[in-house]
Amino acid sequence: MIRLPLLPRHRQIGLGIILLLLIVSPPFLSSFLLSLLTQALIYGVLAMSLDLLVGYLGLPSLGHAAYLGLGAYSVGVLTTRYGANSWLALAVGLLLAMAVAAVFGLVALRATGVYFLMITLALGMVIWGLAHRWVSMTQGDNGISGVPRPDLGLPWSFAKAIPFYYLSLVAFLFALWVLWVIVRSPFGQSLVGIRESESRMRTLGYNVWLHKYIGFIIAGTVGGFSGVLWAYYNGFVSPANMELATSVEALLMVALGGRATLLGPAIGAAAIVFLKNLVSVYTHRWVLILGAVYIGTIVYAPEGIAGAFTQLTKGVKPEPLRSKV
Amino acid sequence: MEFWVIQTFNGVSYGALLFLLAGGLSLIFGMMRIVNMTHGSYYLLGGYVGLTVIWGTGNFVLAILAGALVIALVGLGEYNTFLKRLSGQELGQVLTTMGFALIFQDLGLVIWGGEPYTIRTPAALSGSYQLGELYFPVYRVFIVMVAAAVAVVLWLVLERTRVGAMIRATVDDAEMARGVGINVPRISMGVFALGAFLAATAGVVAGGFVGVYPGADFEILPYAFVVVIVGGMGSLKGALIGSLMVGLLDNFGKAFFPELSYFTLFAPMAAILAIRPTGLFGRA
Repeated sequence: MIRLPLLPRHRQIGLGIILLLLIVSPPFLSSFLLSLLTQALIYGVLAMSLDLLVGYLGLPSLGHAAYLGLGAYSVGVLTTRYGANSWLALAVGLLLAMAVAAVFGLVALRATGVYFLMITLALGMVIWGLAHRWVSMTQGDNGISGVPRPDLGLPWSFAKAIPFYYLSLVAFLFALWVLWVIVRSPFGQSLVGIRESESRMRTLGYNVWLHKYIGFIIAGTVGGFSGVLWAYYNGFVSPANMELATSVEALLMVALGGRATLLGPAIGAAAIVFLKNLVSVYTHRWVLILGAVYIGTIVYAPEGIAGAFTQLTKGVKPEPLRSKV
Repeated sequence: MEFWVIQTFNGVSYGALLFLLAGGLSLIFGMMRIVNMTHGSYYLLGGYVGLTVIWGTGNFVLAILAGALVIALVGLGEYNTFLKRLSGQELGQVLTTMGFALIFQDLGLVIWGGEPYTIRTPAALSGSYQLGELYFPVYRVFIVMVAAAVAVVLWLVLERTRVGAMIRATVDDAEMARGVGINVPRISMGVFALGAFLAATAGVVAGGFVGVYPGADFEILPYAFVVVIVGGMGSLKGALIGSLMVGLLDNFGKAFFPELSYFTLFAPMAAILAIRPTGLFGRA
């Protein structure tokens, strides 16, 4: 078995400092910045889950916001209508996202490249359409409001902003750990192998379809986890959470941060959350600026922030991802 | 009976509008494999340009032509400066075209404001034809006729002319086409401009029917994609049949199962894809 090297020393130090800042800074931040930081963590989970598909498997999905929606609506419906326990809502959210990914994967994985993009887009629209139209269940465009903060049966209450932030941080680190273990496992390495050459992996005797299918389901489930967090954070769930623009935004987070790096997309998510919210404070034309960021990312930083960082610290150009992506 | 005829007619006329929008998109997909998120913006901006021309001149035909030509140039610019360089990079294309879509959306808001508008249509196209107990709005019949004319012209060009043969060859196998001396970059450019032209035409025509309003770009985009997916990329026949199917499914879905209407549109599509991943008439 191959042992993958851990991160280089200077990165360990860098990440340690970031983690330390994330732990100690909240009491010193304004409530606005703290809410942005919480959002960044939650979108970070979504972006990392998408990175498993885009970065490691080379399958860009245009419907990933659907899983966020599934997790969020599970919480929304269960807590406001049935007063369900937080653990139950979490379990249902994850299981629903997993089940839908298991069904969608059967359809979507028959295609690759542009076809995969289009099929995931359409499947994402199915979920969006249900949220939009199935009014008796989802309250349509009005959305579901009044989702309470989670009660985990622990001695702490998460109703206030700072405790909820720490809960999000723990959830983020947990998702990161899970995905980290997966991508470094032999299974994760086989995903990279499939991205690089499907036919070669098939020749080596791997069940390529099954590996992709499992990867697809994991990505969807973790995406659902981000939705559960989002519903509890925001207290409000609406079809806008999972429209096409959100799916594309998740792709931007991955590309901006750097594909197949996990932490890169999380940083990309933070960058986009802060950009959207801070720029919109100063100008109404923030959509224009966001559009320019999309184009600028592709023109100037095709390998993302992580790629630029590697170039900066090592003085070498990062090896380009030769995938079909 | 009356219900069925009217709903079918509405579905067909909506399908005709979708064909105008998606016909070009299908050719763009088939030829360049570009997932063009800007296509809905061409539709909306076309409507806005048409609106301005109508306000200035009152001439409906001029509005359609001006909208279509201006947007064709916009599309050409976008393709030449950015998309051409990104061939084969799907993620890059999606994000770049999404960037343009956001920029166009905001520019539309800056220039034309947030109000919904309706494009004033000529008197000859208002009112309805009466057939026994049934009324058919003239404007919807007009849309069907425009779409039919475009379909016939496109079909003639693709099947009966030298340029059409070059386009088909490029859709089938761009590398071979280049090998036998076809100027693939120029053909691709032309097809991209044609796609933008048709989308803008659809936008102006739709302006007299559902109106021009912010958000119409991202509202119509998934429909255009679904048409292309169902029909198969690069196939005109596929786009035609796909448009009619989507138009009818959407209409009957909304009539019968209002709560599940998007589901009734996308679920059959997923079923088709499960059987034929490249769409009804697409080739891998």
